[in-house]
Amino acid sequence: MAGKATRDGFGDGIVEAGRKNSNIVVLDADVGSSTRVKKFMEEFPERFLEMGIAEANMIGVAAGLATCGKIPFASTFAVFASARVADQLRNSIAYPKLNVKIAATHAGITVGPDGATHQAVEDIAILRSIPNFTVIVPCDYYEAKEAVKAAAEYDGPVYLRFTRGAVPFVFDENYKFEWGKVVPLRDGQDVTIFATGVMVDQALKAAQILEKEGISAHVVNVHTIKPLDVEGVVEAAQKTGAVVTAEEHNIYGGLGSAIAEVLVENAPMPMQRVGIKDTFGESGKPDELMKKYGLLDVNIVDAVHTVLKRK
Amino acid sequence: MEELKNQAREIRKDILKMTSRAGSGHPGGSLSAADIITALYFHIMNIDPENPKWEDRDRFVLSKGHAAPVLYAALAEQGYFPKEDLEHLRQIDHHLQGHPDMKGTPGVDMTTGSLGQGISAAVGMALAGKLDKKDYTVYTLLGDGEIQEGQVWEAIMSAAHYKLDNLVAILDYNRIQLVGPTSEIMEVSPTAEKFKAFGWHVIEIDGHDMEAIVNALKEARDYTGKPVMIIARTIKGKGVSFMEDTAAWHGKAPSGEELEKALAELG
Repeated sequence: MAGKATRDGFGDGIVEAGRKNSNIVVLDADVGSSTRVKKFMEEFPERFLEMGIAEANMIGVAAGLATCGKIPFASTFAVFASARVADQLRNSIAYPKLNVKIAATHAGITVGPDGATHQAVEDIAILRSIPNFTVIVPCDYYEAKEAVKAAAEYDGPVYLRFTRGAVPFVFDENYKFEWGKVVPLRDGQDVTIFATGVMVDQALKAAQILEKEGISAHVVNVHTIKPLDVEGVVEAAQKTGAVVTAEEHNIYGGLGSAIAEVLVENAPMPMQRVGIKDTFGESGKPDELMKKYGLLDVNIVDAVHTVLKRK
Repeated sequence: MEELKNQAREIRKDILKMTSRAGSGHPGGSLSAADIITALYFHIMNIDPENPKWEDRDRFVLSKGHAAPVLYAALAEQGYFPKEDLEHLRQIDHHLQGHPDMKGTPGVDMTTGSLGQGISAAVGMALAGKLDKKDYTVYTLLGDGEIQEGQVWEAIMSAAHYKLDNLVAILDYNRIQLVGPTSEIMEVSPTAEKFKAFGWHVIEIDGHDMEAIVNALKEARDYTGKPVMIIARTIKGKGVSFMEDTAAWHGKAPSGEELEKALAELG
């Protein structure tokens, strides 16, 4: 497969953003080689701030830098960039609406062998519930890179969620990131599949399987979980009248919940969620974990069969 | 010096009046910090109330955010907003929140209230000053109960690591927290030894001796090579006999009658 980790998109995107705007600074909590901020560190050593294994302080320092006009990107693994610092994100960044970006890498169970302590399955839910935060989950390297550059231009708190492992390319270098809008990837009439992050590629593969069965799937990439593109979601859902969501995150509080909230108020219709079923992950290879936790194309196909029976 | 002492007395009266009117708030820890805040806002800090966002200004972060009344009193006395606003402390649709809100209140440099977080923001401001080669100083006030928070020590470590000699922290060491004496809840002493071990320059003073406060703040501002911690020994509820040295007045507002008594004592 041709692909690259979305964390590499962050690493490359932040260098480009840094060249464009000298106010951008990067903060790291002793995981810089893993979060791909090394290139930024080498090019802009004076704008790279190593904060050590002290994430709470890192988030607060980022807040202080933002009050002085800096655009800090605080980066660490998603487990440490969300639950561990939820109060710092809430009180020091979100409430005063400071211009801080949280670059969370190693999200979801595809982190692999490090196991459950390092596999964030609840970060989207936590960040979605904090007012003022924008939550972005890029689906491939190119989208990640463009999302980072777009976040650098946006004034306000943003949480960006990246993967550790390589994910297939969905886009190419010509991709334009449209702030806040869902991205239809494949046209279909029978069912709408909303997917985010690594599940976008699985959704496209599921659509191919479904096509052979004579089912036409409309596939939509949701890179911004919050604020959700309500109009775009409702339009894409109404096109088919049946919805499946797919995310590498707990089925509670993530993409599935966000889509359900929008549909129940605007266009109630049958819906099924594919995601991690309220459980922690474990050590294993990413593909083994995707299979065991039901995050493959075939799981999306099953969900489509179920939802079509209810249509 | 007399002028500063008079100003501190006005600020104490403001604290008592606004918390009494609000019917809630934290007078004890506001009164213990009144002399320090007066010295900062009326003698030490390079600020412009006409231009609260002036980028070369000195910054102040009230890390012990519950002492908001003392900060609001100083800002109002300095003219950042009308003194009448103090009458609306903690009221709906007014800007003076129970804990400082930088978005709503002119002159508040950082939103605080969740203990341990303000000092990290102050470290960030000091780092920004170094990056931009500006010569402003960042001041932050911590409570002694507050330093029980682990984040404080992360921040203390990082300030020493980056040799932030443009950062001055003041410990309002009043020895009492919400439930009781700090020594009983969770001992924080020996404080000076701890901050020194973490790489800070430490100055110890009587936090109600205005001359000592001013001298310490000047020494701290001019000190180079390390961040400075001023350990200010203070008395919770200072200035009002029945509030002094008692945990009961940590988070309780004076009634009308108590307010009259307190104001009479302050003269």
